[in-house]
Amino acid sequence: MHIAVCVKQVANPEVAASQFRIDDAAKVVEPIAGVPLVMSPFDEQAVEAALRIRDARAGTRITVITLGPESARNVLKHGLALGADDAVLLSDAAFQGGDGHATALALSAAIRKLGSVDLVLAGRQAADDDAGVVGIAVAELLGMPAVSFAQEVQLGDGSVRVERVLDDGTEVVEAPLPALVTVSNELGEPRKPNLRETMRAARKPVSMWSPADLGVEAASIGNAAARTVTRRVYAPVKESRCVQMTGATPQEQAAQLARELREAKLI
Amino acid sequence: MTLRIAVACSPALGDAGEALGRARALADAASGEVIALALGHPDPQALVARGADAVRAFSHPLLDEAHVEAMAAAIVHACRADVPAAVLLNHNAIGADLAPRLALRLDGCAAMGCVAIDHDAGELRYTRPRQGGIAREVLSFRAAPVVATLRPGNYDAPAPDPGRKGSVTAIAFEPDGVRTRIVERKREAGSGPRLEDAKVVVSGGRGLNGPDGFKVLEALAGVLGGVVGASRVPCDLGWCPRSWQIGLTGKTVRPELYIAVGISGASHHLAGCGNAKAIVAVNTDAQAAIFREARYGIVGDYQQVIPALVEEIRKGRTG
Repeated sequence: MHIAVCVKQVANPEVAASQFRIDDAAKVVEPIAGVPLVMSPFDEQAVEAALRIRDARAGTRITVITLGPESARNVLKHGLALGADDAVLLSDAAFQGGDGHATALALSAAIRKLGSVDLVLAGRQAADDDAGVVGIAVAELLGMPAVSFAQEVQLGDGSVRVERVLDDGTEVVEAPLPALVTVSNELGEPRKPNLRETMRAARKPVSMWSPADLGVEAASIGNAAARTVTRRVYAPVKESRCVQMTGATPQEQAAQLARELREAKLI
Repeated sequence: MTLRIAVACSPALGDAGEALGRARALADAASGEVIALALGHPDPQALVARGADAVRAFSHPLLDEAHVEAMAAAIVHACRADVPAAVLLNHNAIGADLAPRLALRLDGCAAMGCVAIDHDAGELRYTRPRQGGIAREVLSFRAAPVVATLRPGNYDAPAPDPGRKGSVTAIAFEPDGVRTRIVERKREAGSGPRLEDAKVVVSGGRGLNGPDGFKVLEALAGVLGGVVGASRVPCDLGWCPRSWQIGLTGKTVRPELYIAVGISGASHHLAGCGNAKAIVAVNTDAQAAIFREARYGIVGDYQQVIPALVEEIRKGRTG
């Protein structure tokens, strides 16, 4: 059984909003210096889903794949330290500047090159652009069935059984392999790298593939293939005129609030 | 060329009123037309009353069970015939799953989780939150159709006009490309109003310090006729049902009154409640980001403040 997990390097989304700078001119949102680059949390949960499958099924091979700058090698190292067997880095000037569509074209070509992949996993969305397009687009490009927002992924013989999160509950969906599943935070806490795997990770292979290795034209990847035009990036306006209830006791504060809410006809 | 906007309508996608209303406004500004794609038997006349010029009605048992592959097949079928510039769907677990599939199959683009769609400089532009809601981006696209999911609560659904005229066409259809099978569906028992429709939402976060805190919030929601919600942490920790989650990866609500208790105010939570008419924040931390969004604040221990507030509201009614 071979599982490929698509991961993305992002600025740590857990840091305060003030640690990001919104650049109107360049139309980008950038972390200020010092914000660590990490594996997007939903992708970490996708790696966890792969590891859980391998826990139940020895001999499963796990490959982590990313597209990004050279620094993205670090999220592959993290995936290897968590227990993945090997890794693929798509880092080439021609891959850069793409949107979800362009990224999916490159990732799907890489998965095709890996050969006999039975299951592709990805986070439900990246923590930077929050779009949730790439995973399902990869499935479409590979002609695989896709199941999104998984909170549990179990492999059967020739099929995958996914419990997926809906707005008012869950549903259990079965898909024939090969298939792609996007993983949601409901899967639960991912494990931490242990010392033994971290030591082993240093010796695990990281392949670096160029567009030529994938057999793709420069025009069909990266910025050249992007269909999205960013017109503007801005911070949503804050109200910042909070009336604090200054009563000396909780009872006084509550009475004051009830009065305010009644006057504003909110209750 | 006439601007044609399709709106996917299905009970599984939630109320289509806002999306139809927005599509109607965008179409009217460009002498365009709105086509409702009725999947899984929404009432076609109601879709006309809410702004559709034409309804394409698809029926199939798989559409009734909200099978996303069948829904995608129906929408692709309609778009190949009608060639819309944009396809709107509500942003929920079904819509967010469908949009990337449709974008790929129709060789178009996906605009995910939009909070606004506008005419600008002769094109449609799509505004969406990114980076957990700390920023918004305005996008346009180089390929059509743009398949856009619209977060609920950003537009007012216009009142239905029963006098509106529109055509209804039943489309004979057999979904192709259905490879997955829905084995089981577990619904969380829902009673009373839904979070999305509630006028008052009382929401709890990490600061509740445990599942029992929600009992305190339920008492407040009870006297206000409201519904209880949560930020992501209590859901992840199992303090409350998953379906209570409000935020970027949960539900979007737009109540008159949103009472955030023990919620720090992370951007990804505010992305789900920022459109509330008024936010009340109760938090022990005076520096919590939620106070920058709130109209009214109480710095204090919710275990004391909330019961006192329940008492005050009761007193105000009887006295």
